Amino acid sequence: MAEPASAASQDPQRPARLSVQGLRSGISGPFDLELAAGTCLAVTGVSGSGKSLFLRLLADLDPGEGRVLLDGVDRASVAAPLWRRRVPYVAAESGWWLERAADHFPAGRRDAARALAQRLGVGPEPFDGEVRRLSTGEKQRLALVRALVLDSPVLLLDEPTGPLDPDSARKVEAVLLERMRGGTTIVLASHDPEQGGRLGAAAAMMRDRRLERPR
Amino acid sequence: MNPIALDPRDLAIAGALVAFDAGLSVALRLGLHRRLLWAAARMVVQLVAVGFVLRAIFALKHPLATLAVIVAMAAVAAREIAARPERKFRGGAGLALSAGAVALATVVTVAFALATAIRPQPWYDPRYAISLAGIILGSVLNAGSLTLDSLLGGVGRERAAIEARLALGESFREAVAPLLREAIRRGLLPVVNQMSAAGVITLPGVMTGQILAGLDPLEAVKYQILLMFLLAGAGGLTALAIAFGALRRLTDGRQRLRLDRLEQG
Repeated sequence: MAEPASAASQDPQRPARLSVQGLRSGISGPFDLELAAGTCLAVTGVSGSGKSLFLRLLADLDPGEGRVLLDGVDRASVAAPLWRRRVPYVAAESGWWLERAADHFPAGRRDAARALAQRLGVGPEPFDGEVRRLSTGEKQRLALVRALVLDSPVLLLDEPTGPLDPDSARKVEAVLLERMRGGTTIVLASHDPEQGGRLGAAAAMMRDRRLERPR
Repeated sequence: MNPIALDPRDLAIAGALVAFDAGLSVALRLGLHRRLLWAAARMVVQLVAVGFVLRAIFALKHPLATLAVIVAMAAVAAREIAARPERKFRGGAGLALSAGAVALATVVTVAFALATAIRPQPWYDPRYAISLAGIILGSVLNAGSLTLDSLLGGVGRERAAIEARLALGESFREAVAPLLREAIRRGLLPVVNQMSAAGVITLPGVMTGQILAGLDPLEAVKYQILLMFLLAGAGGLTALAIAFGALRRLTDGRQRLRLDRLEQG
């Protein structure tokens, strides 16, 4: 299991960035895992195996039992919106609630968002245009940017490059690698078994809504 | 002045118009004549029965009898509100919600009217209390079912948007604010339309009835204006209670969107 070197993951005294203990819902789990800062876990598995359910459970979007800790802090002691701002989830199907794409970014972070979108291959024209004119791939990248500008310690990404061409997917992966070097921990659901390798991620397989990790 | 009393022969003659509709259905093969005649017969039986019940209740002048009739009418309205939306709550939550909203809106508005503008002696005089409750319940039913339908349809349609906002750390209240506004708006529109059309496009039923019954038109108009205001209040209260109540049921202590509490749509 390849773990990228990072200062935070070397320190044994420090609590894990993300610690999952006996997390389960009525239909999935139990899940147990520990992820250090700056690492990535890539979850593969067939459609319907429960990858999205797992990410939603981590984000506290679906009710479940068990404990999830961020840097040693139990999420039960944190208000749900604050938890999700620190552990944001980007769904495979992006949601939009305003007409203009740019309005979905907080005013203070719009410039940073525009620059990130540009790096991911979404230019200013779609960024400042209407959502209904965006392609699926543009929507997916802008939805990722919405989570990236939160500068959160953890990112939960559901098929972030699913609808993208290989070139755009590499750009997304480059940004994700950069974030990991900065200490961000990523949990990724992906159909592409190669993607985890490119990100230096630990691999896990979702089967029947349970996680199997190769030893 | 006394109203012109109708005798059964007058009604039978007017009934010929229904027969005309039925003939039309047969001639044009609309396949509607059976249902039309059945509906007409049902209407006659239902109204005559209500007439007898009301006559008995009016004669009783007992507060409990009055209350029982109002509660029965409110229960039917609550059931209708819960049953009408395309997407419904699982279990009894929808009925509990609509019953609460109907009770709140009706009690507040009827009590308001009986305590201020219309002060019958005694206050529970069924002639006033039951008539008022009946009219108000019609408006409550309309506002309630439109609000609930708009809200429950909206959360299903906007699920991706709402969850995207939640997943980025927005509160449930922020994430559903546009839906809440839209649902209450939908609930209030009929009252707004009713008020702007009153007297120009439509002659409201109560006013027409009172004029037919021999009341001076201006007196009838004053009653109608009062009623419109009451209906506006009842509609607003219902829309508000239904919308907030339904949203409460659609979330939990961790501000999730709980679509699992709706029937599969």
